[in-house]
Order: sequence, then structure tokens, then C-alpha cells
Amino acid sequence: MSRRVLVTGADTFWGGRMIQALETDPSMSVILGMGTGTPSVPFERAEFVRADQTYSIMNRIVKATQVDTILHTFMITNSSSVPRRAMHEINVIGTMNLLAAAGAAGSSVRHIVVKSSTLVYGSAASDPNTFLEDTPRTSPVRNSVERALVEADGLMRDFAEDNPGTRVTVLRFANVLGEHLTTPISRNLARPVCPSIFGFDPLLQFIEEGDVVRALLHVTQAGIPGLFNVAAEGRLPWSEVATICGTRRVPLSPFSPLKIRPLTRLFDLPSELEDLLRYGRGVDTRRFAATGFRYNATSAGAVQSFIRSLRLRRQTGKQPASYTYEHDVEQFFRHSPSVVGGIDA
Amino acid sequence: MASGRPVVGEKNRSTAVVPIRVAAEHTGEPEDPRLSDVDEWGRSERTRALARAIYEPIYSKWFRTEWEGLEKIPAEGGALLVANHAGAIPSDAPVIMHGIEKELGRPVYGLADYFFRTVPVVGTLWARAGGVSARPANAYRLLKEQQQLALVFPEGTKGTSKSFTDRYQLRRFGRGGFVEIAMRAGVPVIPIAVVGAEEAMPVVLRLPTVARALGLPYFPITANVLALGPLGVVTPFPAKFKLRVLDPVHFDVPSDQDRYSKSRIMEESEHIRTLLQESVYDMLRDRRSVWFG
Repeated sequence: MSRRVLVTGADTFWGGRMIQALETDPSMSVILGMGTGTPSVPFERAEFVRADQTYSIMNRIVKATQVDTILHTFMITNSSSVPRRAMHEINVIGTMNLLAAAGAAGSSVRHIVVKSSTLVYGSAASDPNTFLEDTPRTSPVRNSVERALVEADGLMRDFAEDNPGTRVTVLRFANVLGEHLTTPISRNLARPVCPSIFGFDPLLQFIEEGDVVRALLHVTQAGIPGLFNVAAEGRLPWSEVATICGTRRVPLSPFSPLKIRPLTRLFDLPSELEDLLRYGRGVDTRRFAATGFRYNATSAGAVQSFIRSLRLRRQTGKQPASYTYEHDVEQFFRHSPSVVGGIDA
Repeated sequence: MASGRPVVGEKNRSTAVVPIRVAAEHTGEPEDPRLSDVDEWGRSERTRALARAIYEPIYSKWFRTEWEGLEKIPAEGGALLVANHAGAIPSDAPVIMHGIEKELGRPVYGLADYFFRTVPVVGTLWARAGGVSARPANAYRLLKEQQQLALVFPEGTKGTSKSFTDRYQLRRFGRGGFVEIAMRAGVPVIPIAVVGAEEAMPVVLRLPTVARALGLPYFPITANVLALGPLGVVTPFPAKFKLRVLDPVHFDVPSDQDRYSKSRIMEESEHIRTLLQESVYDMLRDRRSVWFG
């Protein structure tokens, strides 16, 4: 059966990776990438469409292309990467437009896969040691990224209820580390000193970036609906993470009035990470394991994969070769009657 | 991107700028390059071993702890240990955890209010030593899924904050949550009666206003502080500790039910409280001296 897939966030790390992964699957006959910028990785056969960040043209694109699957990777899970307003526009309004397009009368969409985050559970002293998929948060949302993700979560739940004919898959990923991804955590760990909150040594759970791609691919290919936590085996204390990465922890004051703003700035410490460095977070992953998925790395393995590739980059001094998306060139290869050898030629 | 110096290889959202193909297949059992032995509860056996080495003289020389019926605690399988609770900074918890780990070689996870997690240093040490916040989901995971021993004091801070004039008068056993958890997890409750903790750190006076101001559950003035000054905060008196393990209480109800009869829960909870109260009285009848047993 041939599939027609639309991938959001095609210009971001995850969208680009997912498109590359989907391109290796011949049953994905049509792959469309939507993004607000330009792709940062080359696509072999996927087509790229540029849109604004709320994806207001989603409805027209879905109607015109008759895609059966939407892979929604464009969810911001880090509050320091975009302004508060943009966060809401992207995560909430973007998801809303996407669901509206997928739920329109006569829609061709049968499966929606969403990349979400375990940030929806928050991180607080009153938390249980392990969150199951249906465990509610114990603390009120404290920052824009959690608020936006929780709100988007509600939209998806409503959509799944109202549209029983469409499969909805939501994957809540733990903090990602790996060879290539840059996040506030990886930036902190890459320095000689990293932040910690004095007197706290929380347990963290990670997932390796390759496993994130594999997990999204797994549910997309197998058409598995449902809500799943996705995190690698094992949890390790922040002190151990720092030791594996060979960085020293600098304790920040645990009392909020004494918090020194410039320090948290220096460290790239968004508020959701500050909470995490106090209380950590653990999630139960048995439900996802039951779908047949197996991880390539443990939590500690994800940390190690990150630091090993960083050491290589440091010692060779090499930046990965950059890629510039040329719209006209890509269009030429895909659509010009002069091209006879196919795109791969 | 946020402020801060750029990291080697960082470029916009991603350092991935060349086509990198991710292995879509499972590449075999992953390695786990751990450095510490901290488990998912934050407990570290190495830290525990160190804590036991430090606590051993306090346990056997200072408190001269004696057990009765230790064989009633199973060598394997989950069980919920329930004890009476006393002393401003209660010594009963470390004594029970130390004793069982020493004699039976089994870890004991101590359930306590999540307030502990919010205190810097203390919260971390508490977790490394086997402390877990007392949430039903945590107790269920420990008892049912991991078949561990968990220790709980149903009186909570009502037991530790009571003044010396109320010594050995067991407080209300909460809302019977411990019975419900044991029923759901399908494990027995094993009551442990403790004598000695009351005299180790007696509460002479309580200052609720100070407690509120500091955000603490209670703020006691102990006899230890009056006698020893600041040193009294951490020094218990050398009362003789005696512990009696009672017969395990089994509930003949199926596990994993959504709901259990509230009246049955309260009945069982009160029954266990009565058993403990009577055992404590019985032990006190035999006690000739607070210090020598």
C-alpha cells in the first residue's frame, strides 16, 4: 500500500530527519515537507512547501495533495528557542490548524502522528516517581512551553474523540541527547562547567536522537494509534551525567529570591530546565515497548553518544559540511521535463 | 537561540547539516555505561553501605537496639511495614531500615511526606538512603511491581510532633491509605511496634507560629536542645530501643481493584492501630528503665 505523508517542521532538525528516514521507505510514495524556513538537510525526493508558522495554508495543502498521514514534528519543546508569543502560535495555533485541516469534511487524513514531550507532566516535588500516560500533572504549569504543550495535548485528545475514523498517535519524548542535536541541556554539558541547583541531584531520563526518529517511523509505518511515553531504559542523577560528560557542576542557589539572573543566562537555563534540575522526571515506557519498539540506547548510552561525538568534533576541529537549500534547483530536478534520469541520477 | 557562547559545531537548530542516515533497525541490546549505582528511586546501595557503617555504632551501642520476631519479615516478596512514629527528629525510621538491612540483607524503602524533597541536601541524602515520597503510585510500584519492602508511618507528622505528655499514645492512622495500597498491591501489612523513640528526642514545646513562618510542618523545642544546646538538634538521648514485629496482616481481597470498601479500609486500619497500641503498652509494662530496657 502506498502512502502519502505530510511532515511539518521540515526545515527543523526533527522534520528534516524524519523526511530523510521516510525517503528510505519505498511504500511512502509521496512525501511533502512543510516549514517556515528552508530545509537544512538535502531531500532526495520529498517536496518542500514554505508556510507561515501557524500553518494557516494547511487546509488547502491537505485538500490539494490528499495526504493520508500527517507527521507533526513542529512542536517547540524548549522555551529559550522562541519568544513566548511564537511558542503559542506554533504549538497551539499550529496544531489547531493542522487538526482542523485533518478533520475537515471529506478529509483524506487517516493518521496523525505528533511529536510531543514529557514536559506535559511538569517536574515538582509532589510528583510520583514514575508517570504513566494517564497520570495527571501534580503542579500547575509554570512556563510558556509547558502551557503550550498541555494545551496542544488537550486539542489532540478532543480531536481523537471527535474523529474516531482518524488514528491519532502522540509520542511524549523524554529529554533528547545525541550526536547532532543541540538543546539547552547539551549546550550546558558541552562546557567545562554546567549548572546545578545546590543540594539537589535529580534523576533524569533521556532518549538518544536516533531512537526518536526510529520511534516516530515505527508508529507511522505500523499505523499504531495511542498516547505513549517514549524514553530510554534507566535514569541517572545529574551528577552522573556531568561526570560522564567531564564537566563540573556549579551549584546555583536553591532559593528563588537569591537566584542570580546573569548566571542562569550564562548557563542557558530555561525555567523548565530549572525545575528539572531540582526534581527530575521519570516516565513509564511499558506501553510503548508493548507495541514492539526496542531502543538502541539506554539513558546513559544517550549521554555517552552525545559526549563521544562532541569529543570527536573538538579534536578534529571540523564543522559538519553545511547545506544550502536552493529552491529553484530542487524544483528543476523534480519537475523539469529535461530531467530524464530521475531525481537520484 | 538563547544567549551564551556558541558550542563547537552548533549551527541554528541543528548540527546535522550533512545527510545522516539513521539506522532504522534495532542494533541489538544497548550498552548501559552507568557510573553510579543510583536506582530509579534515587537509592544507592553504596551510599546505604556507607550510611550503615556510620549508623552501626548508634544502632548497636547508643540505642542498643533489640528485635523480637524479625523472622516474620519475609526474605522475599513485597510487604508494607507499618510502625508507630515518635521523636521530633524520629530515630525509628533509620533504626528499622538499618536493622532489617543488616539482619535480612534486604533494602527497605522509607515512605515519607514529599516535603523532604524540597529541602536542599536533606532531600538528596534522604533519597540516596532509600527515602521515597509517600504517594500511592510510588508505594504500588515498589510493592506490587518490584516486590520490595516499604516502610510507612501512618501517623505521619502527627506522631512526631506530639508532645512528651502524649508519649506512646498512637495518633490517628491518616485515612487508611496504607491499607488500601496493600490491598491493591496484594501484599501483607507487617506492623512493627517501637519503644524508645519517644524518649530519644522528646518534644517539650511546639512553636506553630515559627513553623508557619519557616514553612515547616512543625517546629519543636526538644529536651535535647534544652540540655545540649544546638548540638541537641542532631543528638538523640541514648534510650534503649526495642522493636517487636507483629504477625503479618493479610487482606483476603483481590488485588488491582479500582475501589475497595471504605468501611473495610477504615476497619482494618483501626485494627492495625489497635494491635500496635496494645503491643506498645505490653512492651512498656515489661520495661523497667527507659535507658536500660
